[in-house]
Formats: sequence, C-alpha cells, structure tokens
Amino acid sequence: MAIIRYPSFTEWRNPLLEMERLRKEMDRLFVDAMGRGPAALASGVFPALNVFEDADKLYVQAELPGFKSDDIDISVEKNTLSLRGERKSEDVANVSYHRRERRTGKFHKALTLPYDVNAESVEAHFKDGVLKLVLPKAEHAKPKKISIKAE
Amino acid sequence: MTDKDLQVQEKQELQTKSESTRNVPIFVPAVDIYESENELTLLADMPGVPIGNVDIDLNDDQLTIRGTAPEQEQSGTALLREYSVGDYYRQFTVSSAIDREKIVASMKDGVLKLVLPKAEAAKPRKIEVKTA
Repeated sequence: MAIIRYPSFTEWRNPLLEMERLRKEMDRLFVDAMGRGPAALASGVFPALNVFEDADKLYVQAELPGFKSDDIDISVEKNTLSLRGERKSEDVANVSYHRRERRTGKFHKALTLPYDVNAESVEAHFKDGVLKLVLPKAEHAKPKKISIKAE
Repeated sequence: MTDKDLQVQEKQELQTKSESTRNVPIFVPAVDIYESENELTLLADMPGVPIGNVDIDLNDDQLTIRGTAPEQEQSGTALLREYSVGDYYRQFTVSSAIDREKIVASMKDGVLKLVLPKAEAAKPRKIEVKTA
C-alpha cells in the first residue's frame, strides 16, 4: 500500500530520489514554459493521476485501460481518496507470444486531497479506459465570499 | 502473476523526424501480440481513445495503428499532473501473409483488439511422412 500526501515536498527519505525529483521539477519549469512537458511531480505509484480543481469541485482522473469497472474500488474518507484495483492477466492457451508489454497486477493508491470532500455525492465515471472522479468540496472547505460594507 | 503490484509505466513518446500538425504528444502504446495457428492477435492500451478515433492501416506488410485522443475540456486549475494526454501511434512489420479482408478490430475499455487472420497460403500445412 502506498500513501501519497499532497503535496509531498517534505519527505527526505532517499536523497537520490530527492535529487531525481528536483531534476524533474527543473525539467518541468523549463518545458512548461513551452507549453508541455513530462509529467511533473509524479509519485511513481500506479496509477498516474491528474487532479484539477475549480471553485467547488475537485476532479481526479486516471488511465486504467483494460480494467473492468467492477475491478476498481474507490473510497473516500474526509480528505483521503483511496483507489484499488486489479488488471487480471488474460492468458491465452496454445499461442506463442511475440510481445508482452501490457502489465497485469494489483494496485492500491491513497491520495490526500487538499480539501475535505462531500463523500456522499462523489461521482465516478469510467469510459474508454479512463476513470474520472468528481468530488464536491465539503461545505466548510468552500471559499467564502466576504462582502465589504460601505460606510 | 496476478499478485504482482502494478508499476507506473511512463508513457513513451514517439521519436520521429516528422512533426505532427497538432500540438499534442504522440505516445507509443504498450502492446501484446500473440500468434495462434490461424491468426495473429494484437492488443494495445490506448486509454481515452473512443472506437471512432482509431485508424488501422495495413500496407503490404506495414501495419499502422493510430489513435486520436479527443480534445480535453477539463475545467479548472491543475493541482497534480502525473500523466499527459495525447495521440497514439505505432507501426509493425507483419511477417506472415494476412488475409486483409477478414481483419477484425474492436475496442473495449481503452484496449484495442486486432485480429489478423493468416491467409490460407501462410497457414502451416501438415505433411504426412510415409514409411517406406
């Protein structure tokens, strides 16, 4: 099991990994200026995630080709999102394999979200091998607009 | 084998001299290819590509697979980006003769399945050895 804190800047477990992370971070700074680049701040834990936010929702996306929606387990507790799943190997009998690049196996990834979310109304969609989660922020985590009183 | 933990396979970008006109990365999909007596089957991971956006071309012995990712309209600001979205492209040289009339392509959960039946002439023929 792997737990990813967001953001995971404070971990210095392995100096070599940290150097690698810094290098990637520099890559990102340079390449992002030109529009696109390698995936930044990747945790290296399957599956790779993209997280977006707007004023009242968080969006989490993952590419899970060949998974069945029954084989994906999603749970949310306060601000922790946990994803589990398995891609089963589909061994075919009486054939000779020329290439085997598609990996099979299990995964478990936990992500600490920057806000508490309303677990009751989380939506999950799975289409064309892409998992898309919509997580509404909890009422108390939403930004509050403060009006200025004219005197 | 199923007990193994899945590792992130960083998506490999296609190395090519000619540039594509669209400013999206082009990735090389991971594939499984296996051969049975009658056919060659290819499975390719192309998450995010709907069936209508897949292009398969067999020119002589050159098999080309192309998948176009639809434009992403994700709103909001990005907090974390561990993967990028783009097109898929891969080319193979198919050695055995393929019956191109009978090629079947299907797409399910982001995995392309291509069944390439061998042409009659290319199928192995069993030759009986007679004892003298």
